[in-house]
Amino acid sequence: MAELGPFLEVLLGGLMSGVLYSLVALGFVLIFKASGVFNFAQGAMVLFAALALVRLDEWMPLPLALVLAMAIMVAVAFAIERLVLRPLVGQHGLILFMATIGVTFFLDGFGQTVWGSNVYQLELGIPSTPWFLLEGLFPGGILVSPVDVFATVIAGSLVLALSVFFHGTRIGRALRAVADDHQAAQSVGIPLNQIWLIVWSTAGIVALVAGMAWGSKLGVQFSLSLVALKALPVLILGGLTSIPGAIVGGLLVGAGEKLAELYLGPLVGGGIEYWFAYVLALAVLLVRPQGLFGERIIERV
Amino acid sequence: MIYRETGQFRTSYAADQAIFRLRQDRIGIALVLLFAWVGVPLLADDYLLRAILVPFLILAVGAIGLNLLLGYCGQISLGTGAFMAIGAYAAYNLALRLPGLPLLLDFLLAGLVAAAVGVLFGIPSLRIKGLYLAVATLAAQFFVDWMFARIGWFTNYTPSGSVTAPPLDLFGWLIDTPLEKYWLCLAFACLTAIVAKNLVRSRIGRSWMAIRDMDIAAEIIGIRPMTAKLSAFAVSSFVAGVAGVLWAFVHLGSWEPLAFSIDMSFRLLFMVIIGGMGSILGSFLGAAFITILPIFLNQAPALIGIELSTAMVSHLEFMIFGALIVLFLIVEPHGLARLWQIGKEKLRLWPFPY
Repeated sequence: MAELGPFLEVLLGGLMSGVLYSLVALGFVLIFKASGVFNFAQGAMVLFAALALVRLDEWMPLPLALVLAMAIMVAVAFAIERLVLRPLVGQHGLILFMATIGVTFFLDGFGQTVWGSNVYQLELGIPSTPWFLLEGLFPGGILVSPVDVFATVIAGSLVLALSVFFHGTRIGRALRAVADDHQAAQSVGIPLNQIWLIVWSTAGIVALVAGMAWGSKLGVQFSLSLVALKALPVLILGGLTSIPGAIVGGLLVGAGEKLAELYLGPLVGGGIEYWFAYVLALAVLLVRPQGLFGERIIERV
Repeated sequence: MIYRETGQFRTSYAADQAIFRLRQDRIGIALVLLFAWVGVPLLADDYLLRAILVPFLILAVGAIGLNLLLGYCGQISLGTGAFMAIGAYAAYNLALRLPGLPLLLDFLLAGLVAAAVGVLFGIPSLRIKGLYLAVATLAAQFFVDWMFARIGWFTNYTPSGSVTAPPLDLFGWLIDTPLEKYWLCLAFACLTAIVAKNLVRSRIGRSWMAIRDMDIAAEIIGIRPMTAKLSAFAVSSFVAGVAGVLWAFVHLGSWEPLAFSIDMSFRLLFMVIIGGMGSILGSFLGAAFITILPIFLNQAPALIGIELSTAMVSHLEFMIFGALIVLFLIVEPHGLARLWQIGKEKLRLWPFPY
């Protein structure tokens, strides 16, 4: 049983970084569900939000900076909806996807122009010394970082809040209606543009939370934008339209890649983390194209 | 008034199926080719050849490769850089392990290796499409990046991971000056353009376009989606692979896996979008645009007397690229090639547009 200690530690660490992937994936799912746009720019939004927060934090107390950063993300959402999505209404999904790649580049450049491109430390007032759990059971115990625990708690409460929002409020019901059928939703009087604005703003706020969690872990820097690339396989794994799928997919990817690195990494020279998620997603795609929790893709002629 | 088709009767099937049906077009393309082969070498200096024209031609070849897949067959790929990398490393290893292999044969075999890998990663396209496929091709990109960085065999166990191309020996003619390199790339670009143009007018190209426009309908009229999609992946990866060999052997000389990272894939994607999806001419226009824009952005602020830091220039480049992509998708989804087309239509009627 000497092996169990490191196994649990890696598993726990993996699950917690998986939560962070889920946070990014959640933003994708929200937008895809409500508008059918596969928003490649989610990662750029995470970076932009984190940069805004960290730079505003230098000027003012954290809560105020948080509110302002939220307002900025809503403004970004508004701009994207007005300038990019509205002129492209009715276009093929692939065109919209490529447009969001353009938005990604713009936001990456714009964010770094406005906020600067150094590595910034985000201090949320969480102790950085790791905790040791279950020291009685294993020699040395299991090492857990408080930042990860914090991120997990935040992600959990966010998912809870979102599901209440989706199922308990009027706007949430409208969002689900739009997700089901744009035209039918419009014909019963749901304003599409307004709904899209709400969805993009929500995704922006989710991006802010993800940016906070990642930023406090890695520091706020350009590489945050690349986290989005890790969230794509998470989405594929969980299914594009399922919020629980994003969570489960994130956990699977997070735990899977850390464990694969531990056990398979030495065999092939390490660095498995780099592609493990993608190859896992590819394998799932071949067997179950709609992902683990996605709705069946039915083609009608 | 000059650009008229009056009096030019197409009296045979051959004349009707020609690529350039108008005499003016034929004269135009002949002049362009003459200029490219003879005029440019007389006028351009080494810097222009080495830093702008050679990369432009190679990227144009790569863009044609992606355009065949994305513009003609409608299968999105974010992994073109990976296929270029496979071509480059395959050529390197073939040259290393089979000494005496003729250069052109080496290029060809490397292209075939890239095509084989392309088919492998194209297999998911039979079950999935659109956005899902984008992720599958991203898988190719990341896996290939990792493979060349971590598995020593491919780089002949060089400690730094960077490899150097062998001297370019074309049947005893050593290609080492910028001008000779330019000619080599130009030859490849012309050849690729001609083959690609004819391929998309042929049976197989038309089956790709049928798949792109509506795959279920295409299947019903008797096109095999498997053959069409996988052949598109094969041809596209072959062309991308050859572009990769050129990029590595001719342009870079010595390179590391980072040379073919996801940035390269995005650059090629932008070329295809800006140049025009489903247009061979568009691949050239897009490649020219994306190659020249960063150089212009670097020079322009200095010319009007504004000093910008290099970081600022690179951020600006990101912003302008992003904004341009969105702008083109909104205003002219068929890109620069379509603008050229519109210009020609207008010219036919000018100066009496009625």
